[in-house]
Amino acid sequence: MENLNLFVKSIFIDNMIFAYFLGMCSYLAVSKNVKTAFGLGIAVTFVLAITLPVNYLLETYVLKAGALKWLGPEYAQLDLSFLSLIMFIAIIASMVQLVEMFVEKYSPSLYASLGIFLPLIAVNCAILGGSLFMQQRNFPSVGSATVYGIGSGIGWLLAIVCLAAIREKLSYSNIPAPLRGIGITFIITGLMGIAFMSFLGIKL
Amino acid sequence: MLSKKNKEILLGPLSKNNPVIVQILGICSALAVTAKLEPALVMAVSVTAVVAFANVIISLLRNTIPNSIRIIVQLVVVAALVIIVDQVLKAYMYQVSKQLSVFVGLIITNCILMGRLEAFALSHKPWESFLDGIGNGVGYGIILVIVAFFRELLGSGTLFGYQVIPQQMYDWGYQNNGLMILPPMALITVACIIWVHRSRNKDLQQ
Repeated sequence: MENLNLFVKSIFIDNMIFAYFLGMCSYLAVSKNVKTAFGLGIAVTFVLAITLPVNYLLETYVLKAGALKWLGPEYAQLDLSFLSLIMFIAIIASMVQLVEMFVEKYSPSLYASLGIFLPLIAVNCAILGGSLFMQQRNFPSVGSATVYGIGSGIGWLLAIVCLAAIREKLSYSNIPAPLRGIGITFIITGLMGIAFMSFLGIKL
Repeated sequence: MLSKKNKEILLGPLSKNNPVIVQILGICSALAVTAKLEPALVMAVSVTAVVAFANVIISLLRNTIPNSIRIIVQLVVVAALVIIVDQVLKAYMYQVSKQLSVFVGLIITNCILMGRLEAFALSHKPWESFLDGIGNGVGYGIILVIVAFFRELLGSGTLFGYQVIPQQMYDWGYQNNGLMILPPMALITVACIIWVHRSRNKDLQQ
């Protein structure tokens, strides 16, 4: 039940895009058509779902203050948390490499359409942000960390697919010249954010 | 020291080639930390420092980095610099560092960094790369400060935490616009900046 609550919360209320603006760069750049946006969303969800549990285990058993207790009493005072940034990014970079090889083998068309943005998932703020929020919130188990990862991934997917759908329709409308392209996209995202704020306070 | 070309490198990113509103890089942190002026300023200074030094380091190493692993090398250099910034902020400005929360760590994945390292530092000399880093950091900072200025002024009636809208205004019925503090208004403020900027620079319009 608690995990279900966390899941719903991470999709709608703590939405990566609308509440924290994470992963905006690729969100703005790849949202020109629904198909590509959906592919990138799936890839981000997948990477989040893998990296969060791995980083959670790393955090609990290696990096946190006193986490190395299982090695012996003399390691109990070690606090390696200042290394967490570099460890997290290393895990993420290698996982992204893995996903890239996987997608290249099984879906060459998706691979071609994602282009440069696939390796750039490594520097997508949403992925590292997920790990850092996980570190900040002290999840009780690896299960809830995974649920949080999948939930935030789906939230991101939802946001980018919605925006892509709106932008597809928008290409036929008459927008003031200075706002065309990126300006109007910002405004739409802002309005979608206001809409998503109505989910605030939902509790299962 | 500052030839015409170098001046171009330093000043270009301030307006014509601004990383945030023209190249659309580093949006995440630009929006998230701008509810108040103070964290926005600290963030701008941190990013400028990290971009400038990462640019110099990568530029010094550019002939020795094998092409296939350059992304990992860049990430490691940037991560090391960000850890230093993070620790300094925690030691000397604990309150601000709490407000910025994860966004200091997220400087690593700020697209401005990877963008500048890939596009500039890998092919230019250290001094030029340093200027480019400073220019882009300041260009990013300007947008942050403008957005934070309006959000803090209209949202809480303060600047840097000091009350600037006089009490008399409130007595006459003026209200702070609470919506400005909320995340969506950051996006709309940036959209307004883009609007103004593009209507002044016609060649950027699509």
